[in-house]
Amino acid sequence: MKNHKIYAYRRENGRVGVRNHVIILPVDDISNAACEAVANNIKGTLGLPHSYGRLQFGEDLDLHFRTMIGTGANPNVAAAVVIGIEPGWTQKIVDGIAKTGKPVAGFSIEGQGDLATIAQASEKAKEFVQWATELQRTACKFSELYISVKCGESDTTTGLASCPTVGNVIDKHCAIGGVASFGETTELTGAEHIVASKAVNEKVRKQFQAMFDDYQKLVFGEKTNDLSESQPTKGNIAGGLTTIEEKALGNVEKLGKKTKFVGCLKPGEAPGGKGLWFMDTSSAAAEAVTLWAASGAVIHLFPTGQGNVIGNPIEPVIKLTGNPKTAKLMRHHIDLDVSPVLQGEMTLDQAGDALIDMIVRTANGRNTAAEALGHREFVMTKLYRSA
Amino acid sequence: MIHFLVHDSADTVGVAVVDIAAGTQLTGRDLSTNKPLKAKSAQKIPLGHKLALKDLAVGDTVIKYGCEIGKIVKPVKAGQHVHVHNLKTKRWA
Repeated sequence: MKNHKIYAYRRENGRVGVRNHVIILPVDDISNAACEAVANNIKGTLGLPHSYGRLQFGEDLDLHFRTMIGTGANPNVAAAVVIGIEPGWTQKIVDGIAKTGKPVAGFSIEGQGDLATIAQASEKAKEFVQWATELQRTACKFSELYISVKCGESDTTTGLASCPTVGNVIDKHCAIGGVASFGETTELTGAEHIVASKAVNEKVRKQFQAMFDDYQKLVFGEKTNDLSESQPTKGNIAGGLTTIEEKALGNVEKLGKKTKFVGCLKPGEAPGGKGLWFMDTSSAAAEAVTLWAASGAVIHLFPTGQGNVIGNPIEPVIKLTGNPKTAKLMRHHIDLDVSPVLQGEMTLDQAGDALIDMIVRTANGRNTAAEALGHREFVMTKLYRSA
Repeated sequence: MIHFLVHDSADTVGVAVVDIAAGTQLTGRDLSTNKPLKAKSAQKIPLGHKLALKDLAVGDTVIKYGCEIGKIVKPVKAGQHVHVHNLKTKRWA
């Protein structure tokens, strides 16, 4: 494909973002109130309240910091204000974000309380907003976009039309040197052999298989039935999907026909180079997209069958459907209708080109349906109970 | 109008791409060969749901995308609806 020109924000570290958010980021759950007050005081900022950040430990704590720092570091974020209950972990997140070169400042609550913290943080947030709103979009290349992919409330049309449309884009994007990531570890169950066959080499195949097997162990360790009401979901079943195997085989259509994946990422970990990367994620939409945003992805492609409505505060989520009923009944949630593929009225190559056009428009500033509707699901992945 | 699609020539189920009434003569397409297919619905099949392309016995593995998607737990005749009432996962069971 042609490496389309897009107009986007070139950040201090050279990375390309398509949005220009000033975020107010709480380090922990008890700092949400101060963050939301600052976001309310200063128009044009975006508060990102969440549920965790206290007494976590080990790999779960590492993931917490990776998600916080990664969210602030995402190229769709122009600047970040970080607020925590105490200065230590607050500074750790500030320092992590500061490595990108973007403006970031931290404030902590203990010793002065919410009100003084809100006043100090609001002053800084106002300064950041006025600075960020003067930044201009500049000409960048399509191949500089880091794109994540995940489907939700799938049905059988997902495997017939919307997922292979995304696969077509993955093939085209990776062929011109783009970066992309897929995941949904348990939702590959029944199609894991297909994913394994797409690993670029034996080392990557083994890494994938180990991550897949670990997640299967979790399911077998915790399950109380065959998960036939959770995975597939009730919505999947209403749409005609019967088993996890069937769902997975439709899911992996998103990987494309030609592209090999070049490496495996921990949840929220940034890709180390060009090409398609597997990330070990939950299959729950809001959790997974939050992890991709934390890994630096700037646009998410979301095929849906029955009409999942998810969005993300910092990473625009483009929704496409192959289900003609959903395209009609839930049209205000759908950015691209590829249902003509079912009747052979549109080829997958044409559908892929239509999705590329929608990516260009979104990168240039068009709000997605989820953005216009205010979907800002920011959901941290928690690996186990806190200490 | 296409009533159903089949991902692979080895598949034992097809997917309704329109709402299908019982007793309808159906036109389908095999996506792997692009060849037309014929079938007859024995039951109502909603858009997105599967119909059996052949008789399936208890214990048979159902094939879609040329791969296994589960096992039959109640007998199914060609043209009947295949879903959670007669097909179960072979994983996590």
